[in-house]
Amino acid sequence: MDAMPKWADVVLVPVVSLLLAAIISIIVFVAVGQDPWEALKLMSYGAVGTSDNLGYTLFYMTNFIFTGLAVAVAFHAALFNIGGEGQVLLGGLGATLAVLFVPWPHWTLALLAGSVAAALFGALWVAIPAYLQARRGSHIVITTIMFNFMASGLLIFMLAGPLKPVGEMQIATAVFPETVHLPSLHDIAQLFGLDTFGRSPVNISIFLALGACVGVWALIWHTRLGYQIRAFGQSESAARYAGISAVNITMIALLISGALAGMMAVNNTMGINNPQLVDNAAGGAGFIGIAVALMGRNHPVGIVIAALLFGALFQGGAELSAATQIPVQIVVVIQALVIMFTGALDEMVRSPIQKMFLRYGNKGVGAPAAVLPEGEE
Amino acid sequence: MSAQTQGGQTPAIELKGISKAFGPVQANKDISIRVMPGTIHGIIGENGAGKSTLMSILYGFYKADSGEIYINGKLTEIPDSDAAIAAGIGMVFQHFKLVKNFTVLENVVLGAEDGPMLRPSLRRGRQQLKELSEEYGLNVDPDAVIEDIGVGMQQRVEILKALYRQADILILDEPTGVLTPAEADQLFRILNRLKEEGKTIILITHKLREIMDITDTVSVMRRGEMTSTVKTTDTNPADLAERMVGRKVLLRVDKKPATPGEVVLDVRNLDVVDEKDVHRVKGVSFQVRAGEILGIAGVSGNGQSELLEVLGGYEEATGEILLNGQPLDLSGAKSDGQSRRARGIAHVPEDRQHEGLIMNFSAWENTAFGYHHDEKYQKNGLLMDNSAILKDAQEKMDRFDVRPPNPLLAAKNFSGGNQQKIVVAREIERDPDLLLVGQPTRGVDIGAIEFIHQQIVALRDAGKAILLVSVELEEIMGLSDRIAVMFDGKIMGERLPSETDEKELGLLMAGMTDTDAPHSIEEIEQNLAHAGEAE
Repeated sequence: MDAMPKWADVVLVPVVSLLLAAIISIIVFVAVGQDPWEALKLMSYGAVGTSDNLGYTLFYMTNFIFTGLAVAVAFHAALFNIGGEGQVLLGGLGATLAVLFVPWPHWTLALLAGSVAAALFGALWVAIPAYLQARRGSHIVITTIMFNFMASGLLIFMLAGPLKPVGEMQIATAVFPETVHLPSLHDIAQLFGLDTFGRSPVNISIFLALGACVGVWALIWHTRLGYQIRAFGQSESAARYAGISAVNITMIALLISGALAGMMAVNNTMGINNPQLVDNAAGGAGFIGIAVALMGRNHPVGIVIAALLFGALFQGGAELSAATQIPVQIVVVIQALVIMFTGALDEMVRSPIQKMFLRYGNKGVGAPAAVLPEGEE
Repeated sequence: MSAQTQGGQTPAIELKGISKAFGPVQANKDISIRVMPGTIHGIIGENGAGKSTLMSILYGFYKADSGEIYINGKLTEIPDSDAAIAAGIGMVFQHFKLVKNFTVLENVVLGAEDGPMLRPSLRRGRQQLKELSEEYGLNVDPDAVIEDIGVGMQQRVEILKALYRQADILILDEPTGVLTPAEADQLFRILNRLKEEGKTIILITHKLREIMDITDTVSVMRRGEMTSTVKTTDTNPADLAERMVGRKVLLRVDKKPATPGEVVLDVRNLDVVDEKDVHRVKGVSFQVRAGEILGIAGVSGNGQSELLEVLGGYEEATGEILLNGQPLDLSGAKSDGQSRRARGIAHVPEDRQHEGLIMNFSAWENTAFGYHHDEKYQKNGLLMDNSAILKDAQEKMDRFDVRPPNPLLAAKNFSGGNQQKIVVAREIERDPDLLLVGQPTRGVDIGAIEFIHQQIVALRDAGKAILLVSVELEEIMGLSDRIAVMFDGKIMGERLPSETDEKELGLLMAGMTDTDAPHSIEEIEQNLAHAGEAE
């Protein structure tokens, strides 16, 4: 039902959600004896105050774009891939294997090989849950979350064993060879005589992320596959009538989703200052992707905006706990509040607004039949 | 406006100047109406005329922008459905709101329990249910589980629910949409009984026959306005249809005799067993020739849907189907909706909302639905040619007079009739050898029915084979060149429309074969209840 105009859906709902999160955050700050206004100022400064800080924000944004897109593509097929976390880890493993042991002569080749390997490993990791969903009806939510734990275990095994450099104590791979280091935005800006982004890890893969946004947009709205994915996601029975294979679409949509999540590893494994694979490489980005996709309404443009917001929240929060007495846990609480309100509690905000428009709305509603429960409709 | 006052009696319901707008569209415009107590008042109008909006205001789902509601002469605010129930208004929805695995008694009591403990409520409920059943002649077993009883019986449970909540005014929204003719007659007997006992009934429908048969007064709505209110005895179906549509309407299908050609579809010994291991279609054989319409009549749930699904390529079957002499794959291994389309079968499915259309897709996207592999919709080998689809959609919508003719609007925003036109346009314009049509005019308004029927006949006249499945006998009689009746997965017999009547078809629909002796009404009703249960 088109109960409310598009602007309310796209702008009003997320803004109200954020306000609610902000109100509770203020209460939390006051409760721990901090000045909320001061905290807000510190957080904003931490997120965008210097070009170094902005660089970190953009770095996190890049992560969240990948995982947000991953969730969104699956969502369009009405599949809930919450295994982004595990797929990112496997993507990291793939990227690592592709660049650590092959002496690529130039970073461009490494980027290509790393991206392909990361996407491939991410896709492979979701292939089993996807198959079980498509052929056996095992619920994708259950299987993908289980696969997150397995991915984590597998990664630690690899990092503590086969991939651990001799004599190192850290649970991580060796730092990748110098030739495969991806140029950071700082490096690129220097080519134009600019000195920006300082030591921040934001790197060339941000363009890969933005390119992926364009790719997903074209896929979903301009290809036959995207058409079939959306049709299947909207109505399984109609898809059956039209001869769209549920098994194929489920598999393909999830493989693309897994590949996008896996590609996040290009940014957070190959793109960081000392490129290497560490054990908590995903850092929760897989789950934040869910909130990003929800808030961005599964559209690449919305996802970029939502990813930027979450990037700022992450970076600002980190600065806040570094600069004040506020314990890091409180910062995590704030981040969780935003995720909860924009992601999990989306419907809680949406449905009262929808009702409000239904009851009193007099403007902007598309057509009459949209709100008339006419006949059998 | 000619609402009549009957000897100064207070109306059970009086609406004064009710208006409601959704955005730029005025769904209800200054509507005033009086419904006298102890009468059956029909409200008739095309889909989208505003009938349901008006009733939703009366039942507290919507708030009117302006206007007043008087119940038994008292100005009443109805902010929600609880208030409506408190005011003595009961609503029977077209789609029943019953818990399928609860018993009748549990469903009636649900939401109206006396306290936190269930037992006392159920005991009181049982007693009262018995009294109500006797008082109004509603024969319902309180311990039957909803999913085990027929549709007609379920509807009685809905009525009982309203009565249990002490409703004096009953609103029924398209109550016969899911009933067989016999079940509908039974419902009307119950409604008459309720009327005799002093209840007031508002019947919303788009079926002229029902209005003529049962109502005392009828109000006609068109485009949000109450255009007229007349005594039913002072009007006739043609007059009502004209008032509804605003122009003269042809109530029967105008067609020339068929000139059948080659056999296009040859079905031999078809059997369908569904996932739940229920034998849905049992050894069905029939043929459809080019240039003829074979109508399949039957109460819904007797295997017709499965038959269409098999032909449409998304249900497995055993037996043999030849299309233009070549076999179709029935195993599901090498066939789906796509391969059927490639063979020249187009399909207007029974359920346009769950099959024929993606409700959230725009009209133009729905135009390519099922035909998204067509060459003309692709470009550069990689992308879909959205602008070509859009253009095609616009042209189809113009040719089929879809209103509003805006291809960017989502399918769900069109009325039922216009949604169906979008589907029919898409399927017919593919110029198929065989057109499958399921319930082509279900939930479709009179004006659109006429148009859709004309299109189907035109396709027949162009020499195509058409298989029509409908539960509306009138439609079957009017459109078909031959009629087959299905009951319990079997074809009970074939008739020519000129040599049969509704009564004979009704008997076949209830499972009486040609050789059966005449039966008592009770037996037929029993059979019909069984036919309904098969669903």
